[in-house]
Amino acid sequence: MSNQDLSRRTALKLAAGAAGVAGIYAIYPGRRAFAAATEYNLAVESGRITVDGISSNAKMIGGSVPAPTLRWREGEEVVIYATNRMNEPTSIHWHGLLLAGVMDGAPGFNGYVAIQPGETYTYRFQLRQSGTYWYHSHSAMQEQMGMYGAIVIAPKEPETAAADRDYVVVLSDHTREDPRRVFANLKADAGYYNRGKRTLLDFFRDAKRDGLDATIKDRKEWGDMRMDPTDLADVTGYAFLVNGKGPADNWTGLFKPGERVRLRIINASAMSFFDVRIPGLPMTILSADGQNVQPVRVDEFRFGVGETYDVMVMPREDRAYTLFAEPIDRSGYARATLAPREGMQGEIPALRPRTILTMEDMGMAHGGMAGMDHSKMGSAPMAGMDHSKMGSAPMAGMDHSKMGSAPMAGMDHSKMGSAPMAGMDHSKMGQTMPSSATAATPDRAVGWGDAGTRPGEKALSYADLRSARKATDVRPPTHEIEVRLNGIMERYMWNINGKPFGQEDAIRVAYGDRVRIKYINTTMMAHPMHLHGMFVELENGQTERMPRKHVTVVPPGKEVSVVVTADEPGEWPFHCHLLYHMEAGMMTRFIVGPKQQAKTEAGK
Amino acid sequence: MSTGSRLALASLALVCTATVARAQSPDHGHATVLTFFQAEQFEYRYGKHARSFNWDLQGWIGTDDEKFWFKSEGELPTQGPLEEAEVQALYSWRISDFFDAQAGIRYDYRPGPQRGFAVLGIQGLAPQFFEVDAALFVSHKGEVSARLKGEYDLNITQSLILQPSAEINLAAQNVRGRGIGAGISDIELGLRLRYEITREFAPYIGVNWERKLFRSARFARDESEAAGSLSVVAGLRFWF
Repeated sequence: MSNQDLSRRTALKLAAGAAGVAGIYAIYPGRRAFAAATEYNLAVESGRITVDGISSNAKMIGGSVPAPTLRWREGEEVVIYATNRMNEPTSIHWHGLLLAGVMDGAPGFNGYVAIQPGETYTYRFQLRQSGTYWYHSHSAMQEQMGMYGAIVIAPKEPETAAADRDYVVVLSDHTREDPRRVFANLKADAGYYNRGKRTLLDFFRDAKRDGLDATIKDRKEWGDMRMDPTDLADVTGYAFLVNGKGPADNWTGLFKPGERVRLRIINASAMSFFDVRIPGLPMTILSADGQNVQPVRVDEFRFGVGETYDVMVMPREDRAYTLFAEPIDRSGYARATLAPREGMQGEIPALRPRTILTMEDMGMAHGGMAGMDHSKMGSAPMAGMDHSKMGSAPMAGMDHSKMGSAPMAGMDHSKMGSAPMAGMDHSKMGQTMPSSATAATPDRAVGWGDAGTRPGEKALSYADLRSARKATDVRPPTHEIEVRLNGIMERYMWNINGKPFGQEDAIRVAYGDRVRIKYINTTMMAHPMHLHGMFVELENGQTERMPRKHVTVVPPGKEVSVVVTADEPGEWPFHCHLLYHMEAGMMTRFIVGPKQQAKTEAGK
Repeated sequence: MSTGSRLALASLALVCTATVARAQSPDHGHATVLTFFQAEQFEYRYGKHARSFNWDLQGWIGTDDEKFWFKSEGELPTQGPLEEAEVQALYSWRISDFFDAQAGIRYDYRPGPQRGFAVLGIQGLAPQFFEVDAALFVSHKGEVSARLKGEYDLNITQSLILQPSAEINLAAQNVRGRGIGAGISDIELGLRLRYEITREFAPYIGVNWERKLFRSARFARDESEAAGSLSVVAGLRFWF
């Protein structure tokens, strides 16, 4: 059948660990004394992979990139023997899984220690959830070199949306450079990988289009802040992969016309946000981050690093369809093909325009921006304040049509008055403003959220996500934790609340508390924020059906808030999932206090 | 080896060791010790009266917050002895988002008579993306001087970059033996056009104009040297 299944079988064999069933004596309190557990052997090793005919170094789990797909069942207990066959410490983290802290696989947290060369670590946990998740290394940039794979957990109850075909689609970015070199390059020159900088030629073009004064003013504003509106991706030079295959390799999933095909799409990139679409084939979003949502039909979605979306498609025609994933800096693309037969390929669409950031992406509603003189902002031409387009952007709570409804994460306009925001006159929204960067056209995108979605097409917005299940904990949060996402691009320094990891102020929450986390992004980049151990509920305008997420994308200059019930004791990593941001220090500890009740109480 | 050289070397070793020792920390990147070396100018200057090989190098080892910084510049005429050569060894610490403060020592091997200096300066990125480096020097003879350097990268295309640069030297007193007069002693303006084959490796061509001013100019004329010089330059900018 699919390549994915083949590679999985081969890989498991390679790892000398054909899945078996054995009686395992469960030593954990609160578990059955004896449980039937599925056992896996996964070796971590260095090797080489070939992408579109070009060979490069890789680090892999289970002998392949991506690592073998682990297909499990809700409620079962699994045992994984992870053996380190490299000459450096490693780890495997189960991204999105609810489990005991020591099984989470993040070195330095919850008593988990990195797996030393030659050693084997035994992971053992019971699956308390179903859905699409993934696993990856949590050590020293190894994930960037190929250590990631999919986890598919079948629900106890039959799937609500039955599919004829079920494919895993792992999107990733692969560089032939050593990730340590990438990091050193960014530290030496933050614009090292930006091949879309503004040039003198751009200046003349903009001056012709917008007028000389407006163009000079625009350049001056960015120059005052010492920031670059073309900085979208930090790292380029990537090959973009689908299930380890480059665009020329063309991973293919087969279907018969009229069949229902479920795609479990995982963004396992180190640094790349994607705009994902299948031209000619609308997608119905079934779940986000492994958690079922009320189906939403979309034409495309923007995909943060670490997120997963399950979509259903129903190709009716006897032809090939291209699954197309453009990184937001449009520096290439990942593609795969859905086809009735092997060897076919669909049309590859042209890359849409690369966007340019605007003053709004600078987060003018927030303080604390170095060099941001708010007093000057009132006179600024308010580039990109065209809110009429925002409904199509994947921004939490940015759907102005819903403004009447409840919590409106991140769009508290009442607070904006604290700065002299003369230019923020909302009555002008939707009108064309006299700015160099106001008007988006089909060949020009403006603002982080502008994917270049065609008129009449629907891009997923966080506001569209409604949990399939009603919330069980509807208590209002007792307090709010402010999480400021900070960075100095010029030095490639990133941190949370002003402290890089290592000097971090841990966030402490009592067991059972329900708290709001308010993200304030003071930077010009979107940060996919990942909390280990627990799902957060995204405050996207829903009340009882807030979607449950393990990664929350916080767009540049925006505020987004989530609510979390702290019901998993432990010391959890809480970080930006952009690998080099995390490496630079954008991580902290989220500490949930111990359970008050007797520890022998079964389950939770 | 002169006392001055020994002092310079000893201080350099000390600053370097201290920086690296303080920077050792096992955790994530902010504490990662990285290194950087750059030849901003590494060039041949062709002028009417003088031809020379010139360099302007700097490098560092350290973390985001603390670095040991090394700088050197100098001029070797194609004919004749070394005309100028200086090295600086500095401890550099982050004082703001865009600026580092730097303190350490400078040693001038040429022009003679040799001098050791204490250095206090700031280096970083000013608004509008001007790279600036400003430093105050006090020599072991008590002479006070200052230097201000600035440069700007203008992208013509993604790979073709025009770099205007300027340097001003100031002195609080005459140092006759070294040809330095009180006040503005000299200025230097440059315009270099480089092509980045890679970010790290960029050949360039350009022009460079130096002019001694006021008393320094008079001292030069007294020595029957030219007060100013215009040269065409060709060189390589590289870093690793």
